[in-house]
Amino acid sequence: MTNMNHLEQPNIANLPELRQIGKPLRRIDAMGKVTGATQYAADYVMPNMLHAKVLRAQHASAKIVRIDVSKARALPGVVCVLTAEDLPGDRVATDIPGVTGTSKRAGTDAPILAHDRVRFMGEALAVVAAEELALAEQALDLIEVVYEPYPAVYTPEEAMQPGAPIVTEPDNIVARWRILKGDADAAMRDADLIVEGTYKTQFIDHAYLEPEAGIAWVDEHDVLTIRVSTQVVEHFRSIAAALQLPQNKVHIMGTLVGGGFGGKEDITVELFIGLAALKTRRPVKLVYTREESILAHCKRHPFTITHKTGVTRSGRILASQVNLVADSGAYVYLSPYVLLYAASSAVGPYKINHVTINAYAVATNNTFTSAFRGFGAAQACVAYEQHMDEIARALNMSPREIRRLNYVQAGDTTPNGQAFRGAVWLEECANRAWDALGEPTPPPTPHVKIGRGLASYMQSYGRITWFHDTSQAWVGLEMDGSIVIRCGVPDIGGGQVNTLAQISAEVLGVPMERITVYSTDSALTPLAGTTTATRQMYMSGNATYQAAMAVRKTLAERASQHFECEPAEIDFADSTVFNKNDATQKMPLTQLIALCAAEGLPRANLSLFKAPFTEKLDPDNAQGDIWPDYTFGAQAVEVAVDMETGEVRVLKSAACHDVGRALNPAAVVGQIEGGAAQGLGYALLEDVQIVNGVTLTPSFAEYLLPTACDVPEVKTIILESGTGLGPFGAKGVGEPALTPMAPAIANAVTNAIGARVTQLPLTPERVLEAIERQHGSA
Amino acid sequence: MDKKTIHLTLNGEAREWRVYPNELLLNTLREQEFLTGTKYGCGIGECGACTVHVNGAPRLACLTLALACEGADILTIEGLARDGKLDAVQEAFLGQSAFQCGFCTSDMIMMTRALLNENPQPTETQVRDYLRGNLCRCTGYASIVRAALDAAEMERQETA
Repeated sequence: MTNMNHLEQPNIANLPELRQIGKPLRRIDAMGKVTGATQYAADYVMPNMLHAKVLRAQHASAKIVRIDVSKARALPGVVCVLTAEDLPGDRVATDIPGVTGTSKRAGTDAPILAHDRVRFMGEALAVVAAEELALAEQALDLIEVVYEPYPAVYTPEEAMQPGAPIVTEPDNIVARWRILKGDADAAMRDADLIVEGTYKTQFIDHAYLEPEAGIAWVDEHDVLTIRVSTQVVEHFRSIAAALQLPQNKVHIMGTLVGGGFGGKEDITVELFIGLAALKTRRPVKLVYTREESILAHCKRHPFTITHKTGVTRSGRILASQVNLVADSGAYVYLSPYVLLYAASSAVGPYKINHVTINAYAVATNNTFTSAFRGFGAAQACVAYEQHMDEIARALNMSPREIRRLNYVQAGDTTPNGQAFRGAVWLEECANRAWDALGEPTPPPTPHVKIGRGLASYMQSYGRITWFHDTSQAWVGLEMDGSIVIRCGVPDIGGGQVNTLAQISAEVLGVPMERITVYSTDSALTPLAGTTTATRQMYMSGNATYQAAMAVRKTLAERASQHFECEPAEIDFADSTVFNKNDATQKMPLTQLIALCAAEGLPRANLSLFKAPFTEKLDPDNAQGDIWPDYTFGAQAVEVAVDMETGEVRVLKSAACHDVGRALNPAAVVGQIEGGAAQGLGYALLEDVQIVNGVTLTPSFAEYLLPTACDVPEVKTIILESGTGLGPFGAKGVGEPALTPMAPAIANAVTNAIGARVTQLPLTPERVLEAIERQHGSA
Repeated sequence: MDKKTIHLTLNGEAREWRVYPNELLLNTLREQEFLTGTKYGCGIGECGACTVHVNGAPRLACLTLALACEGADILTIEGLARDGKLDAVQEAFLGQSAFQCGFCTSDMIMMTRALLNENPQPTETQVRDYLRGNLCRCTGYASIVRAALDAAEMERQETA
């Protein structure tokens, strides 16, 4: 049975005392991880398995004259070599993941294997499958590719010029959003002061420790089965379309994902191993090398964001004009939506009645860009929070004061006209984070300056509401009182699966150790949608909550008959069912389950949760609702800047987020600490340098990640307004945890040195240059 | 290339391996012994995900030739718990939920174990310095550092 009720707000009044929610219980995925028993995609092997490798383009822009695979095919032990000629179709439509999508978006096709032209260095040209990995590698060297140079363009600014080489027809502009609210031009004229600034962000890599991996085979029912590390098992539909198979003949068995952050949101290895498995009728395994991962998977969009803001002398923001340009790279994956997130977040959590926002995503011959934790909203925050500090500086006002004067309140609207619902605790979060920094650190030496910075943010959780998002979960009690949950949720390390267990444990009064969750399987678990957009706790958490509540209702009614009391008097805890008002009336849960089973009463429920559904935005001004809800918070940091070397060290970090309710505080703290560390890398270290289409940073020797020595202890302050749309009033914090860190650091560095570096990352060279510029002008 | 025979101790048990001269310890552990708790993260010694103990010291299995392990005593994450009892470091990682995706957890535990073998009472700075070559992308290291300090304290109390 399917429970289709749309719960606006789960009714927590039915659960008077939370026994397991809100406690840092040991996660059900913990033991496998500390003993090494947990299986990731690359850990699986199968009998008679082949090893695949992918040939990748050596040029960023070229015509392919010829690909000669004859020598590779002739190598003993090589079982197949596939090029575009061997494909049933030649393109994969990167449709909106997780949506059944009857209509394909224009311009969103990327080739599976390039056939006539390559558009970025690292693009796939051929797939080899061989008896041994070393043979597959050897075969790659035997494939001869003849290229012809083709004009290239490497920056969005150049790509937008008339006459620029065309990467994506007709004009390289792959997405555009224009948001109009009020009359920014007119309101700008009323301003006492206009503050302008341009802020730039860089390509960065997800750098999950687990490289992309999968293994594919064709089963005895002709089902192409792909065990893969993915955030989206619903890709089975795009895979079926690309390989011209019926959708019920593609089966994705997701594995625990060794880090995702959006980088395993698009298809990675699936089509390469799927093709090879179909061709050879043998299992085929593919694991990317680290270099291949950095060259071939999507990057975070670099943005150039220009703000022009009209303010009054007293600090009120009257009008804002923002231009955003994003580098979409060689193919269009999720750029239109990343751009929408950035554009719609462009002025941040501030009340501004007159706003004009113009945003463009532009194709270049760089590595393609797509989802990355924060999904455009993080890049927007880098700009708007630095700009708020610049406004404060122009008005000779404190950064906290300019924010306090302009923060949105509940009921205010975004530039798209969407009203903020629930609690908006921006000022509270900022104050708590700032105060947690404590006493300033004295400079250790005269050439070190100490600075402090703050950043507030708003970030959506849940997918775009016109995607009509749903999630499903099945919760059932076994005869021995244990629980089985079936839910298609991919677990990417944030405790997505554990959350479902903890919710069911609470509702049905069963200890966590007695719960098993089957997840991330496109055929055997109810589809739950993508682990993206900070949506799983909200969506699948609610689906699980609904299913568990339906089971509870049946059980409570049967127990009330037994005890001759009201169902509302029945409660469940410690695998016991009892009358809350009469301690003598209780029985083991197993006894109640047996009573229900004897009468054919259901002990399981399949529930579907629906997010709010809205219509698409007005195409002229982008007015309309976009997301179910927002999370708010703030990050404060203290940095030390070495004025002689330009080196920045983060000494203190304090984060405060209103998470609605922390279902598992240990998991929430983990997300916040980890998000802050990624934000630190974004601000100071990480930079995928793509110069003339060539990635200069293909390993962790060049692509610098924060280490244990770079990241300070994060003081994490969790506020619980209880007003989220998730179960028990929770809000999502997976992506928000990262968002405010980079601008907070940038603001702290400016506070220390008196000058601003407007391009991330804040490398010693750039900081030193800014210091010298400042001294030169002083 | 011919395989060669070597003898060694793996997680407390005697082993005879037939390995190619250019075979990496990481691949032998994963593909011959199916000890997949040791991970490939970069293959060139930059991330630490393949950390095991060789003769009591931490070693990157992706930079170690299997052939060089003749006579060695190798410990992997799978051998850390003894007689069904978790190591104090594993207990501490559980206690602090010192993981998210878990892909680096084996190596962080093996590194922490090696640290405490060398220096049973490290300071926080010493913990961070010891782990600086081992990357984690999820946790921000905070919970890992807390777990390492917890493990040290647990072992101090046990021996006190």
